[in-house]
Amino acid sequence: MRLKETYLNAAVLLGLLAVPLFALVTDEPFTITLVTRAVILALAAVGLNIALGIGGLVSFGHAVFFGLGGYAMGILAHHAQTYTAMDFGAFSIAGTKVMPVIWVVAVTLCALVALLIGLLSLRTSGVYFIMITLAFGQMFFYFAISWAQYGGEDGLSIYVRNDFPGLNTLVPIQYFGICFVLLALALLLFHRLQNAPFGLALNAARQTAARVETVGLTPMHLKLVAFVISGVITGLAGALFADLNRFVSPSMFSWQLSGELIVLIIIGGVGRLMGPVIGACVFVALEHLLGGLTVYWHIYLGLILLSIVLFARGGVIGLLTGKEGAHV
Amino acid sequence: MSAILIIEQVLNGLQFGVMLFLMAAGLTLIFGVMGLINLAHGSLYMVGAFAAAAVAGVTGSFVLGLIAALIAAACAGAIVEMVVIRRLYKAAHLDQVLATFALILIFSEGTRWVFGSFPLFLDIPDALSGPVTLPGGIQYPLYRLTLIAIGLAVAIGLWALIEKTRIGIQIRAGENDREMIAALGVDISRLYTIIFALGAALAGLAGALVGAIQSVQVGMGEPVLILAFVVIVIGGIGSIRGAFIGALLVGLTDTLGGVFLPELFKLFMDTGAAQKSGSAIASMGIYILMGLVLIWRPTGLFGTRA
Repeated sequence: MRLKETYLNAAVLLGLLAVPLFALVTDEPFTITLVTRAVILALAAVGLNIALGIGGLVSFGHAVFFGLGGYAMGILAHHAQTYTAMDFGAFSIAGTKVMPVIWVVAVTLCALVALLIGLLSLRTSGVYFIMITLAFGQMFFYFAISWAQYGGEDGLSIYVRNDFPGLNTLVPIQYFGICFVLLALALLLFHRLQNAPFGLALNAARQTAARVETVGLTPMHLKLVAFVISGVITGLAGALFADLNRFVSPSMFSWQLSGELIVLIIIGGVGRLMGPVIGACVFVALEHLLGGLTVYWHIYLGLILLSIVLFARGGVIGLLTGKEGAHV
Repeated sequence: MSAILIIEQVLNGLQFGVMLFLMAAGLTLIFGVMGLINLAHGSLYMVGAFAAAAVAGVTGSFVLGLIAALIAAACAGAIVEMVVIRRLYKAAHLDQVLATFALILIFSEGTRWVFGSFPLFLDIPDALSGPVTLPGGIQYPLYRLTLIAIGLAVAIGLWALIEKTRIGIQIRAGENDREMIAALGVDISRLYTIIFALGAALAGLAGALVGAIQSVQVGMGEPVLILAFVVIVIGGIGSIRGAFIGALLVGLTDTLGGVFLPELFKLFMDTGAAQKSGSAIASMGIYILMGLVLIWRPTGLFGTRA
């Protein structure tokens, strides 16, 4: 029996809302935190899905943005909680504990860095692109490790979660609400983007760049814009993730994280609207369930991943609806 | 800052570079001939190191350890090629990345399962331990000098293998036109397995050799793998010559940058700040190098195909 993708998408979103609400009733705050984690990872992967799924850009360095978002939050909150200012010589900036401000900083930073990395990396394609983005990721990773002022290898802790006007972010369900709304907005953006002229052109540029050029569009520009939007969303997720854990460390820049973000998309379905969301839920569930059974749960993750790549093209969405993922 | 220090650091850079070459040669060969991007290459490096440490630990012989590393890595490579990799040659790069990422997870956790989380130690053999005095009165560890010699010997051997032997001709032909050499009666899947096993053996050898100066632990392969990627991107994917030059460039940049950048920064800032910012920039040095090379030549120094 083939399921309609729209029904599946609706069911997933409803499930994502229902589980934490049920956990709220039964008073299991840990479950809410677990779902929040899945929601934030899903947001990061929705960002990557714009570059990867629509644009065909296999970025193996999206942890750069995740980490930048995290460090934007960590550094601003660090300065706010120690009542120190960031000194730039000619001027100085005070820290802040207000989430929306932190998000704006994280998003701006990620947009700039994505523009820079995109300009350099998009000169290449195929395997070169994969490896260059990977190398950029490592570059930030090592920089974060050697940046002793902000914790170096040990990372930065903040005492309390940052504030959101009108809400108490320390209550798990309220923080979940913030993350869920942001995820919903990102999904809306993804959906609009996919069906807008820009998304269609980007999709075409992935499939046959030459034809896109023939009709007068520049694939490079399309891909660059997609890469920047993609980096921005992943960066926002990074800021949320850091706030969830109240901790940032260089591991947010690690290449394993970049790999995991791709994995989330593959598990769900490449280029599908809810692919990253389903992938993140499956991933967090596996991590929790298998991780509880054995410390070697990565072996099983590896085997599952291998079977998806070899036998189940299109991920979970492909299995349930018969729709293949985008060819990248 | 003396001449002796500079020469020592150049030797260290060379040693690092030739070890990177052993990794990069296999990667670039596998990509050049089969068009496969193999993230699990770092796992084969780890397999070599663990095999060497385990066998040397039991027998007490470093040479036996090295032989075990070569055999274990080559076998692991051949098995992985026949079971998994073979199905990926026609697949998209994304699938290759994922499947080999999955292999890393399986290899790493499998090794942790068998050997535990604690690092193993592989001792430098007595005959090679201690310093040797070079012309000019420079004291330099004999083992590191041996590594440079082995690396250069392997580079020459690989060159001879590819340029002078029948299998080398088949490898080069496979790079250019795989259908044609299959039509000429060469068993292409056997050739692929051999190339993969050869690349794996080189990675295993590197793992075992480096394992004696660092600790042998799970996850040791991935940092080296990523450096090897940087090497082949700089050298041009598919080019052994590019891999050699790229490896030396990366080895020297990384080693010399770490020592000399802080010194350079001390010329115009105070010592503490120079130390900090110098080492921070140096840790990114090779990636900056890669960026510069790619701006100049998007397919690397000796690359032809994208």
